[in-house]
Amino acid sequence: MSTVIDPKRPTPRRDPSVIGDALAQVGACGLFLLQLLASVPRSLRYFKETIRQVWFVGAMSLAIIMTCGLFVGMVLGLQLYYVLSIFGGTAALGTVVSLSLYRELGPVVTALLFAGRAGTSITAEIGLMRATDQLAAMEMMAVDPIAYVATPRFLAGIVAMPLLACVFNALGIFGAHFVGVSWLGLDNGTFWSNMTSSVDVWKDVVNGVWKSVAFGAVVALIAVFQGYTTPPTSEGVAYATTRTVVFSSIVVLALDFVMTAFLM
Amino acid sequence: MSEARQPAAGPALIEVRGLRTTLGGKVIFDGVDLDIARGRITAIMGPSGTGKTTMLRHITGQLAPDAGEIRVDGRNVPALSRNELFDLREKIGYLFQNSALLTDFTVFENVAFPLRQHLKLPEPLLRNIVLTKLQAVGLRGAAELMPSELSGGMARRVALARAIVRDPMLILYDEPFVGLDPIALNQVLRLIRTLNDTLGITSILVAHEFAAVSRVADQVYLIAGGKVAAHGAPAELARGESPWTRQFFGGEADGPVPFQYPARDYALDLGFPAAAT
Repeated sequence: MSTVIDPKRPTPRRDPSVIGDALAQVGACGLFLLQLLASVPRSLRYFKETIRQVWFVGAMSLAIIMTCGLFVGMVLGLQLYYVLSIFGGTAALGTVVSLSLYRELGPVVTALLFAGRAGTSITAEIGLMRATDQLAAMEMMAVDPIAYVATPRFLAGIVAMPLLACVFNALGIFGAHFVGVSWLGLDNGTFWSNMTSSVDVWKDVVNGVWKSVAFGAVVALIAVFQGYTTPPTSEGVAYATTRTVVFSSIVVLALDFVMTAFLM
Repeated sequence: MSEARQPAAGPALIEVRGLRTTLGGKVIFDGVDLDIARGRITAIMGPSGTGKTTMLRHITGQLAPDAGEIRVDGRNVPALSRNELFDLREKIGYLFQNSALLTDFTVFENVAFPLRQHLKLPEPLLRNIVLTKLQAVGLRGAAELMPSELSGGMARRVALARAIVRDPMLILYDEPFVGLDPIALNQVLRLIRTLNDTLGITSILVAHEFAAVSRVADQVYLIAGGKVAAHGAPAELARGESPWTRQFFGGEADGPVPFQYPARDYALDLGFPAAAT
């Protein structure tokens, strides 16, 4: 007896290959990056749009970045005070907190928060513009949607991320200071002087800024790419938004390892 | 409005020759020849899925055909570079089926968008141009509304104002009658005719509502089965005797356009191999 699903009947779609699809995505994303970079000179015509996007992805993310920075700093203050007190080294609290924030936590946590707050909104916005033919309408009005929509958001991510990471670091140190000095009774002068004597501007602060510039580029690229290439359906936009967060988180953490290894 | 007019004798604005297109393994066009007369309203009709919108995308260079020539105002569209294509598109207005207004901008800024992008006009002049176009579609009073506050018919009229804001030589309407109530339908029909007559714009209309099309179009092309099945004035086509025209304009459920999507043998699918012949 024949069955409705006939294995010999040619399937209308090709067999899904997880690795092949993933590689194709990476390749397409790389080509998209080249398109973005090539359109940077043209998108300078839309400089106002870039500024608007910096405000949108940067200033609008400030509340979440500041709140999280404060709490991360306070937790660091508590945990490290406890660990350092075992060795009688609580005087080093300021040093340890600021080094962990500048070198690792600031750039990485900011990038993860940025992916969730700004990356998803970029993806959903561009995805809906695709689904409602707004990108096609721009094409028909002889306006290049890459230069007008995609590149300003990409540049805004690169500009906004280091600034947000700096705010995150400042609030984190403030939180640790609050816990260590105001609450647990550490000496104020010790906290600051140990920090300033052991934190190096170039090796610690600037390296952290480089990291957040790279993370900003990566997260914004993934967000814009996912939005730009999403299938124009509500399901497609939903998946694209999820993929933005998942891929950004993985790539940020992996890139963090690579950059740490090189910048050490 | 309903008078049938003869196509212009001059050279056609758009000439399509030997167009072949395959999309996703399906043959859409298999040797299509079209002439779109200058200053006239030409309708492209056909059953759903025959590639009417694909034809508009070919004409505007959004999609390259597999073979064939598409000459718009003497230029072969598939061979144009991106910059030349953008130059051409600046002279073409395109009305999207879902209006495709930019949701971040007000109605005024939507209509002003093509002007702001391509011309550096002093603000008072730009304002007057935009308001004139909005007045033409009857929505000057809605200038400060956001697209989300508009009804479907109003959004389409705003999109129309945006499409004509740079006084194009050609305007393409993709399914302009879908989802309009009778009042909005009549408004859009009247606008299409008025714009065509007063501004001398060549218009291409993609639709499948024959009653509406016959009131406004000068010339109709019926595309079915990847070819031009019939063409002529709407009145001639309605009297046509070919099976395609009879099925399409008579609205018959079965005919050259089959009711059933291609499938394998019905009895086999249900699991009765003995019944299969």
